[in-house]
Amino acid sequence: MIRLEKRKEPSKFWRIANPFLAVVLTMLAGAVMFAMLGKDPVVAIRLIFFDPIFSDTFGSYSRPQLLIKSAPLILIAVGLAVGFKANIWNIGAEGQYIMGALFGAGVALAFFPAPGWYIFPLMVLAGAFGGFLWAMIPAILKTRFNTNEILVSLLLVYVAEKILAAMALGVMRNPDIAGFPGSRDLRRYEAAHNAELFANTGIHWGVVAALIAVIFAYVMMTRHMLGFHVQLAGQAPRAARFAGVSPARLVVICLGISGALAGLAGMFEVSGPGGQVRIEFATGYGFTAIIVAFLGRLNPIGIVLAGLLLGLTYIGGELGQMILQLPGAAIQVFQGMLLFFLLALDFQTNYRLRLSKGVRT
Amino acid sequence: MRAPLLRLDGLTKAYPGVVANDDVSFEIGEGQMHALLGENGAGKSTLVKMIYGLVKPDKGRMHLHGKPFAPAKPSEARRNGVAMVFQHFSLFDALDVAENVALGMENPPPLRDLAQRIRDVSEEYGLPLDPARLVGELSAGERQRVEIVRCLLQDPKLLIMDEPTSVLTPQEVDILFLTLRKLSAEGTAILYISHKLEEIRALCDEATILRGGRKVATCDPREKSARELAELMVGQVLTPPERPAKPKGDVVLQVDNLSLASNNPFGTSLKNVSFTLRKGEVLGIAGVAGNGQDELLLMLSGELPAPSVRVQLKGKPVGHLGPNGRRLLGLVAAPEERLGHAAAPDMSLTANALLSASRRKGLAKHGFIDWRKTESFARDIIARFDVRTPGPHVLARALSGGNLQKFVIGREIELDPDVIIVNQPTWGVDAAAAATIRQALLDLAGKGAGVLVISQDLDELLEISDSFAALNEGRLTDTRPAKGLSVEDIGLMMGGAGDMHVAHEASA
Amino acid sequence: MILGSINPAVLVAALMVAATPILLAAIGELIVEKAGVLNLGVEGMMIIGAVTGFIIAVNSGSPLMGFIGAALGGMALSLLFALLTQALMTNQVASGLALTLFGLGLSALIGQKYVGITPPRTPKLDLGLLSDIPFLGRAVFSHDIVVYLTIALVGAVWWFLKYSRAGMILRAVGENHDAAHGLGYHVKRVRVLAIMFGGACAGLGGAYLSLIRVPQWTEGMTVGAGWIALALVVFASWRPWRAMAGAYLFGGVVVLQLNLQAAGVRIPVEYLSMSPYLITILVLVIISSGKARGSLNAPGSLNRPFHASS
Repeated sequence: MIRLEKRKEPSKFWRIANPFLAVVLTMLAGAVMFAMLGKDPVVAIRLIFFDPIFSDTFGSYSRPQLLIKSAPLILIAVGLAVGFKANIWNIGAEGQYIMGALFGAGVALAFFPAPGWYIFPLMVLAGAFGGFLWAMIPAILKTRFNTNEILVSLLLVYVAEKILAAMALGVMRNPDIAGFPGSRDLRRYEAAHNAELFANTGIHWGVVAALIAVIFAYVMMTRHMLGFHVQLAGQAPRAARFAGVSPARLVVICLGISGALAGLAGMFEVSGPGGQVRIEFATGYGFTAIIVAFLGRLNPIGIVLAGLLLGLTYIGGELGQMILQLPGAAIQVFQGMLLFFLLALDFQTNYRLRLSKGVRT
Repeated sequence: MRAPLLRLDGLTKAYPGVVANDDVSFEIGEGQMHALLGENGAGKSTLVKMIYGLVKPDKGRMHLHGKPFAPAKPSEARRNGVAMVFQHFSLFDALDVAENVALGMENPPPLRDLAQRIRDVSEEYGLPLDPARLVGELSAGERQRVEIVRCLLQDPKLLIMDEPTSVLTPQEVDILFLTLRKLSAEGTAILYISHKLEEIRALCDEATILRGGRKVATCDPREKSARELAELMVGQVLTPPERPAKPKGDVVLQVDNLSLASNNPFGTSLKNVSFTLRKGEVLGIAGVAGNGQDELLLMLSGELPAPSVRVQLKGKPVGHLGPNGRRLLGLVAAPEERLGHAAAPDMSLTANALLSASRRKGLAKHGFIDWRKTESFARDIIARFDVRTPGPHVLARALSGGNLQKFVIGREIELDPDVIIVNQPTWGVDAAAAATIRQALLDLAGKGAGVLVISQDLDELLEISDSFAALNEGRLTDTRPAKGLSVEDIGLMMGGAGDMHVAHEASA
Repeated sequence: MILGSINPAVLVAALMVAATPILLAAIGELIVEKAGVLNLGVEGMMIIGAVTGFIIAVNSGSPLMGFIGAALGGMALSLLFALLTQALMTNQVASGLALTLFGLGLSALIGQKYVGITPPRTPKLDLGLLSDIPFLGRAVFSHDIVVYLTIALVGAVWWFLKYSRAGMILRAVGENHDAAHGLGYHVKRVRVLAIMFGGACAGLGGAYLSLIRVPQWTEGMTVGAGWIALALVVFASWRPWRAMAGAYLFGGVVVLQLNLQAAGVRIPVEYLSMSPYLITILVLVIISSGKARGSLNAPGSLNRPFHASS
């Protein structure tokens, strides 16, 4: 008989090896899926995972795209990971991302068409504040009324999507073009444009912000009491209280950080690659970032790698749609499988498979 | 010798890294009161789990009524007349008494009939119970009655009782013994697990002693002294802790008429608690589990905030302060639950050293942790308190109960406190570690700190306390000098036998 | 007066239909949580049920086959969750989220050829004279059979939990899994069965959306219904009849805001259509803040992993 046996200490090897193994298994399962869809599996996998970077034909377009897609994922995931470590489950980053974009765009549209160096920094603050504010709703409901933050943060995503639609059709709509929903294109408003900093690299302010956030989170989690308390609260809540950690304060901090970072991601997107407030503005970065956080082992450095990988699947997915007519949803399935495989593999981090001998009598 | 009921032959069970039972053989006669005696970790629990079908032996065999007996699951054991009352009750708070009883039976009658049978049996054996009450609302003693009644309804031939008296007052213990003697007289054998020697000498007619998973002796406990039994059990000669005589000092901790609601829906609120603790004094607080001990510790450690002036540390009101504020002023605590409360199981000993010591030991500057300093602090604790572990990088949950407890208490003592509060300092700890811990607490008192020990182990309290009080349903009795107190007196302070006297008189 | 244009009988009828999918999913999740498991994948299982039910109904021409297929589809996905959380001991929250993300993607993938098709009609149940009763006939006795079966299911679940031995064992497992194991009950077996029941119910709820309520298949058509069902279980304090009351209350809000939209109230559609989510949040707040019973009723072992160490 096979049974699981708890390890005395979690295996460090499997902690690091599992994400890579999960990617390999996902590729294999994905190949099967593509074969079932009638596509050549080898070509499809190549197209998604290698061509965006190494192909001569598409590389020049898609290489810069990699950072553009990965930066918001990393920015959001770093914040989420801090909360997840403390067992505080903000799964409504998508909503905070939308609110950040709306606040940032709101500042820009209010100043339009005035020039001024201060406009973009103001937008950054507003974006972070918008995400923060939206995350404070589940935080305060949790601390004041003990309401489940998972459900509230998630339900608020749908509310944020409705607000986004209302804005795109109403207050923020571009008054110069009648009949079309959507705001002015911020890329055409120099003072508000989150432009590429180095040509053809895809590096914009959002990438810089993601890098800063990663370093900041790394230092906080490994060297600062706050990071220690976050981990303590996640692993042993009673021990955290004994250590003097206030659970309410931690909820506010964790949700605040992740909300602000998601808001920033939304703001950098709307003022750069996205360009305008539209109904279809939100494309699920907030949810994909959950996968990024887990795949990166809730570790800032791991999140960078995981964010790049999932950014790659976005670009590869687009290529696949264009060239192989792969369905767009295939990428979503891909990302879901990745998380499944990772979770499934993780049992070997904490448990050991053992063949137990039969009873001898 | 009575007719044998259960015979064990060479039972062996190994877990990775530890042999829990090694070639254990003995016999239990019909209607016999058989004690299974041993320290924590001696293998008592594993052995009875094999008899009850929860664990399969690796080797060896059992015979019940002379026939081979190898229960694959508890229901099979129950069908064969083996019943068990667990140490940590197998009860369900949100279900009522009748449902709890039904869950432990093979073929329970409809709930309405069952309720009547529960009333009948509980009256017959002097164990009053209301079948309709939610188990979560019962006291520890009442919960034990649910377990016992559950077993009795199945007419067991063998009743296994795992440390049954740890949740009872001395008077309740007497009544339990009456019930057990009555059962034994009716022909039910009882396998009685304990590490309390006096109890076994009072109750049992045969004892099997385990040490390190092996049987060291089977004897008649009434013919041995408690000391002889203890040395068989521990395998070494024990010396009682020394205590330097000391004069009474100034008041360091004062709690004044404090009432506080529990933070747990099934917890016990504190009611009008008052006491004072002086420099160099060891104050022991007794009580049956669930009478407010957890709440008292949380209130004193600062995890459960109290009205400011009701708690005074060296004359300063500290009720409003959290754990860190109180630590800075010199009050430290060590909660009962080592894994998960006093220490984080999945963190290293270094991180666990940081847990309560960060401020008082200056292990972090502007919030930034000095890991090197923290690690050397952890090493100090390990060295000074003889914590057996490969090093400070080891996870807390990898340590044995006794070693982790030495680490936790050591950590608090190293903070050089003026007042230390400990709850169940030697619960589930082997005798050698328990002696080390008690000595360390006495040494601390000798240096002038006030020591408050909350414990359910009366022997321990009588051994180390200068003064004595008891918690009973969230109320604290007046403090009395420990010298000259009898176990009877203490039992009455703990609330006597509650409603059980009445029941027994009625059935007698 | 705008509200005057709304016919109360039609309103009641519509709210029963609107409530049914969420109620189905919620009653399934209630059993799962009573067994001590938190499955946050309801949304994913619902949408898989919606798409499998739709495809099977369209291809077989039989709504009944569609509903059976939907239950199996939801159950299949829930088995994945059971495998992860019960056999491989993964974190329940993360696994539930994975289930939702995966289910949303997979449903979009397998349903892409079915967008814009009309499914076979599910007939209304002929209740004879009852349907002719004024008001009640129109409001209560003019529905398809699933509406009534769902109510019957709520009753059955209530009876199961309160009076059956199996239900008692399920509650015991959810309340204290260590004690249940100590008494010899199979904690994992009970939980896997409960998870499968929850998956089947969520699948049925999804199929009700795609086959009856909408009736059409569109990507992501559950738009949070699974999450609302999860909230409903908390709102109901894990009691079946209260879950039904909650679902009908929620159905009322949905229908009322749809009616207000149709009646041309001068509030933008977007704001009206966020009201179901806002009201769900509001209700959650009221329930969780009540010091009285409410959250105290939560099963003791909810969302705690069980691993038999002995």
